[in-house]
Amino acid sequence: MRFIQTIYTIWQREIVRYTRAKARILSTLFQPIMFLVIFGVGLKETFAASNFGIDFLQFMYPGIIAISVMSVAIFSTISTVWDREFGFLKEILVTPTPRSAIALGKTLGATTIATGQALILLVLAPLLGITIALPSLFPLLLLMFLLAFALSGLGLFIASLMQTTENFGIVMQLLIFPLFFLSGAFFPLTAVPAWMGAVAAVNPLTYGVDAFRQVLLGGTAAHATLARLSLHTVSLDALFLAAFSCVMVGAAVIAFNKK
Amino acid sequence: MAIICVEGLVKKFGAFTAVSAISFTVKKGEVFGFLGPNGAGKSTTISMLSTILPPSAGDATINGFRITRERDAVRRTIGLVFQDTSLDDQLTAEENLRFHARLYGIPRATFLARKEEVLQLVDLEDKKDEIVRTFSGGMKRRLEIARGLIHHPAVLFLDEPSIGLDPQTRAHLWEYILKLKEEKEMTIFMTTHYMDEAEYCDRIAIIDRGAIVALDTPAALKKGVGKDIVTLTTSALRALKKELVGENIAFREEGGTLRIDVDDGEAFLPSLLRTLKTPLNTVSLRKPTLDDVFLHLTGRAIRDEEASKKDILRHAMRMRPR
Repeated sequence: MRFIQTIYTIWQREIVRYTRAKARILSTLFQPIMFLVIFGVGLKETFAASNFGIDFLQFMYPGIIAISVMSVAIFSTISTVWDREFGFLKEILVTPTPRSAIALGKTLGATTIATGQALILLVLAPLLGITIALPSLFPLLLLMFLLAFALSGLGLFIASLMQTTENFGIVMQLLIFPLFFLSGAFFPLTAVPAWMGAVAAVNPLTYGVDAFRQVLLGGTAAHATLARLSLHTVSLDALFLAAFSCVMVGAAVIAFNKK
Repeated sequence: MAIICVEGLVKKFGAFTAVSAISFTVKKGEVFGFLGPNGAGKSTTISMLSTILPPSAGDATINGFRITRERDAVRRTIGLVFQDTSLDDQLTAEENLRFHARLYGIPRATFLARKEEVLQLVDLEDKKDEIVRTFSGGMKRRLEIARGLIHHPAVLFLDEPSIGLDPQTRAHLWEYILKLKEEKEMTIFMTTHYMDEAEYCDRIAIIDRGAIVALDTPAALKKGVGKDIVTLTTSALRALKKELVGENIAFREEGGTLRIDVDDGEAFLPSLLRTLKTPLNTVSLRKPTLDDVFLHLTGRAIRDEEASKKDILRHAMRMRPR
């Protein structure tokens, strides 16, 4: 009972902090829309000339949602390092609460915020000519949650290894950007060199993008086109994300316990 | 009755010994101070007692619980106010308190009652719905003290409670701390490098380079250093000297002034002034300070202005309107 209450308390703090930071909400919404406008519009004509078989903006849209989930999830959990620098983490750590509950509360808070952000981006769908069938909303929500949970776990694990916020930049450059660009969000991964395919295969974002695209565009794009652009079945994607979540959240809890 | 019992506590960081085998006890209801310069091992000791840092050797009990083996029980029985601000400055004062209370498993009804009580104690009732970011350094400190009290700890740890606060806020803070001691019979363990602050303590341990060099009441410590010094000046030096000799009072002449060393200056002065007939120009009484005690024990002076770079940064962080 105490365990659940601790998770709930930590989770609630994350949510309250998020709703107070208006600028942060706007800036995290701005990034995916910027990607969509710049890359989508810029490359739209190029791809229209080839036989890509799908509107490029529509192709990118699911990937952009996945990227947004990733940046929000990672940013929210890496804020733990911030807490450490400003002493708030110490205040939490001297309370008689299990470390694992603190780690889980953090992860679930970030998961909720990232999922919420992804849901907000769904309102763009009609603007891009994408129709989302009502029955696909539930699997979509589940997939968003899974991806957010997996990446929040990853974020917390990184945070527990970091000592100061000075390393934020390094993490962004060396981890977040490569994962962004090698996720299949910007171009299909079905015809890339082997090394790139190998990186994409261990990138959790790849599975999120792959699954989102199949579910989101299921009612809009031609079935054959979609099959040509996809790597795995949706259930395989979900399975990978679930397994990745378990490993990452587990690792984060262990790393947190050591502190 | 001892509420804190420390036995041979050691903390080493690699080859560096931060705290070397200290032992002492703190009585229930006492304000106990750890006085020493920066880097003497004060914060390290608090971190070990509050289970944040595991000791390299030795052990301690707080309210009967061992810090090495009963960490959760120790955590439940202590309140902690850190050297650096540890509030969530995006939450309101009340939300900070509620967050803390929940982590200690305090039921809602109890929290609502205690919230009023602690906010009243630190005079922040009318600020409870304001975001902490807008608070001044002194208000943040008071809120942290309120937070440290909400689970009714048996021992309250204050690590450099008034660092970075202006003198007026410091004086207020001490009003609250002494009120706590009176009203709650709480044991307070604090560290400081301010001499004037140490004066508020019932007993002080002077710590230098990881070891306790003296432990007593402030008055006794000062008594150990030397006597009170009464200095007299007069235009009729000759007459005064003669009179003092006549009264059998030992004195020394120091550059035109007369110096008398006595045990209890406050009691001595009135009787001296009643007796003397020679007109005096000035009378002064100087009592040994804790500065003198520290100098006497270590051969070095603690100075407030010796603040390290980190302290200056801390001060800036606390004062910064965020």
